Amino acid sequence: MDIKVDKVQDSIGQMCPMPIAFLAKNMRTMTAGQVLEIHADDEGAHADIPAWCKQTGNEFLGEEQADGYFKYYVKKTI
Amino acid sequence: MEENNKATLMVMSGDMDKVFAAFTIAIACAAAGLDTTMFFTFWGIKAIQKGNLTGKGLFGRMIGVMNRGGINVIGPSRFNFLGVGRELFKKMMSDKKVAPLEELRKTAIDLGVHLTACDTSMKVMEIRREDLIDEVEGVLGAAAVVGNAAQSKVQFFI
Repeated sequence: MDIKVDKVQDSIGQMCPMPIAFLAKNMRTMTAGQVLEIHADDEGAHADIPAWCKQTGNEFLGEEQADGYFKYYVKKTI
Repeated sequence: MEENNKATLMVMSGDMDKVFAAFTIAIACAAAGLDTTMFFTFWGIKAIQKGNLTGKGLFGRMIGVMNRGGINVIGPSRFNFLGVGRELFKKMMSDKKVAPLEELRKTAIDLGVHLTACDTSMKVMEIRREDLIDEVEGVLGAAAVVGNAAQSKVQFFI
């Protein structure tokens, strides 16, 4: 995916709810318009990350399969 | 904090599995931007105790021994087998890289979850404020909890 990423979060090996906890913490340190790339291999993240975006009003840009994990892209909009 | 942007979790159970669910949900609530409060009552208070022996009178001390608090000593609601089950669950959870309860509680605190305790339960079981971990923000009554719940988008009773 051709997206300019401002920060990468390594959540490989983490289980629910830790990827979301770190996602929320990281977003607090970022400014509107910045993009966070999350690496996670937790099955729950497929649903959790878009659900988190919907609830908080941030933008879910998409996901991409990598070697044994997924990359998720979230844009801070608020 | 805007109105109705809260979450309230009433944690009555002190079982490992239920406390686990409580902290997981609390973290998800706080991560979603909700001003989250956990209210620990009766057996639930064990999850926010330091773990020292409690009680003053005979019955209070008996409860302090038989129902000892502390997040690392609470056992699952089923298959505890005098603590063997608890250690098995801990091992299975760490093998699967699930965060231990203590880490979940720390993460919840880091995300700004407010920990509160029930005044009446503490008096009945002879648990003092200093028997609770320092992060506990207050000892409340039912009206304060209902007030918070009324402003909450979601409420959980565990």
